[in-house]
Amino acid sequence: MELTRRNAIIMGAGAFLVAGLPLRVSAAGEDAINAFTGGAEVGAGDLKLTAPEIAENGNTVPIEVSSEGAVEILVLAMGNPTPGVAKFKFGPLAASRYASTRIRLAGTQDVVAIAKLEDGSFVRASSMVKVTIGGCGG
Amino acid sequence: MISRRDFLQTSMAAAALYGTSGFGNWARLAAQQSLTQDKLLEFDTFGNVSLIHITDIHAQLKPIYFREPEINIGVGGNKGVVPHVTGADFRKLYGIDDGSPSAYALSYNDFSALAKAYGRVGGLDRVATVVKSIRAARPDALLLDGGDTWHGSYTCYQTQGQDMVNVMNALKPDAMTFHWEFTLGSERVNEIVEGLPFAALGQNIFDAEWNEPSDLFPPYKFYESGGVKVAVIGQAFPYMPIANPGWMFPEYSFGIRDEHMQEMVNEVRAQGAELVVCLSHNGFDVDKQMAGRVTGIDVILSGHTHDALPEPVIVGDTIIVASGSNGKFVSRIDLDVRNGKMLGFRHKLIPIFSDVITPDADMAALIDEQRAPYESELSEVIGRTGDAQTLYRRGNFNGTWDDLICDALISEREADIAMSPGVRWGPSILPGQDITREDIWNVTSMTYGEAYRNEMTGEFLHVVLEDVADNLFNPDPYYQQGGDMVRVGGLGYRIDVTKPQGSRITEMTLLKTGEAIDPSKTYQVAGWASVNEDTEGPKIWDVVESHIAKQGTISLDPNNSVKVVGV
Repeated sequence: MELTRRNAIIMGAGAFLVAGLPLRVSAAGEDAINAFTGGAEVGAGDLKLTAPEIAENGNTVPIEVSSEGAVEILVLAMGNPTPGVAKFKFGPLAASRYASTRIRLAGTQDVVAIAKLEDGSFVRASSMVKVTIGGCGG
Repeated sequence: MISRRDFLQTSMAAAALYGTSGFGNWARLAAQQSLTQDKLLEFDTFGNVSLIHITDIHAQLKPIYFREPEINIGVGGNKGVVPHVTGADFRKLYGIDDGSPSAYALSYNDFSALAKAYGRVGGLDRVATVVKSIRAARPDALLLDGGDTWHGSYTCYQTQGQDMVNVMNALKPDAMTFHWEFTLGSERVNEIVEGLPFAALGQNIFDAEWNEPSDLFPPYKFYESGGVKVAVIGQAFPYMPIANPGWMFPEYSFGIRDEHMQEMVNEVRAQGAELVVCLSHNGFDVDKQMAGRVTGIDVILSGHTHDALPEPVIVGDTIIVASGSNGKFVSRIDLDVRNGKMLGFRHKLIPIFSDVITPDADMAALIDEQRAPYESELSEVIGRTGDAQTLYRRGNFNGTWDDLICDALISEREADIAMSPGVRWGPSILPGQDITREDIWNVTSMTYGEAYRNEMTGEFLHVVLEDVADNLFNPDPYYQQGGDMVRVGGLGYRIDVTKPQGSRITEMTLLKTGEAIDPSKTYQVAGWASVNEDTEGPKIWDVVESHIAKQGTISLDPNNSVKVVGV
């Protein structure tokens, strides 16, 4: 094509989508954990959280939680303005204690899951999900 | 004191796995100036299975020059270890003599002088000769293509990958995995893959809507080789919709998915696989990390980051082989597999010295047939490099090709600042060499080559640099995308690679005035390869061609505008 001065300096649309720096953890996330656990100690163990390391689209990030002995699993996006994502409840007859959903992330942050187990104890799993403008892959 | 080589053999003995690498052999022969095709291909066939690996060809059908990186910084646990070793350190590590053909093939020093002595590298007609020779010794050797094959040249762009498909089909690979192929758009990729005479593998290629494995790309395939049941599992580039325009293939989702990889390994082992090979486009550091997390993979054939390693890297019971890019190398790996266990290996990274290896006549004819309709466009001379000017790209920060592209963006598009993607493909041009249209396309060709021109605030520019830097220098490889740092023109900065995201980049300076970048001020920025849909502007190859034509002879000022610390 012939490059004219006019089309050489014309403004183009869209170069980078805005993505921010890692978001700070809001107090609301910790408050939600305390409300769920009643301030009880939270260990690690029977809880698996699967999330992508880098989100393909921050508006719809697939996540999965599973636990053999959970009666409830709370999922939080710690950096979102409203951290609460979901609370899954499993009855005693639940064939598998597994849930998957898609969540929206405002930016790079930790996704946290807290499970309440049958014995009343709590376990935690977390995963850092990066939201990036990308665009320079080799 | 224990030498590195002793240590390597000791650790392998401890793991009950023994191996040798044929690298030392060709390095020494080279020093004796007795490099011949027979000696380059010399290999004592070993064990019962042979693998042939080629990856990241980027549509380079013909021999080219390719300068290896000068700067390749490793962070976190990968600081100072291969592949993050370059130049004299690399030669020392592998016992390579200065000025030898191996120094030319694997390090950057004296590149233009050595290139004149040893000639071009690659060419798929030479690769065909090598593959045929290995198949003559081991007829059921598996040829595995790591992807980035249907992208990167004028003819590949014009034929939407058909030239590469035709040539690779003649080479008869057994399986392939993917990255840039998807930038042809999912419709075209699906069309080609449906007609491929070999397996298109990707355990991490998922249907985006249902987050389930896609039907078109099976996770693995079984082969019978030397009486051994071999499973090859594919691993496509994990960050395709992030590093490349996801809108071009919205039906697909990727990711590392190492839990699913483990399930696939368990599944193939349960079905009787005696040897598990992962054909990967993860990039080297990601493959190393994956090898430590997923158990039961014997061999990872690693692509994406374009590293060429003379010896496999061993993680636990897994050997990782990296075979370079642009058709410059082929790896041969012979394995001794008995009773479902890999007991030993023999490996050779074969450099494709185009003047030493005889082209395969049938393949040469087929390649010329692909190029014939475009020959006059390809060969048109646009400019020339000055007597002291090499053009190259590879390295963590700007190469001279990038400087030239940024200069073109600034001058042709009247911008303050230019940005050019940190891709790792693109051959080199020697001093005093004609620059043809083909050469320009070799470093710019892509399906989203629009050169945008936008206003960006100083603050936004900082966010962009921080974001891209984290994709390269995040200490956890799983958060890296495997590209290099975005190249900039008209802008200087300081980067501390040890800092976290948000505080790596400081001292941003507008070069034309010498003033510090003002976060609240607006700058005119020209760039290309935006991943966003509806990006507007002329094609980057037209911008660069116009600039080079005006310059005639290219002589660039040295670029010292990026200060790197924390290395």
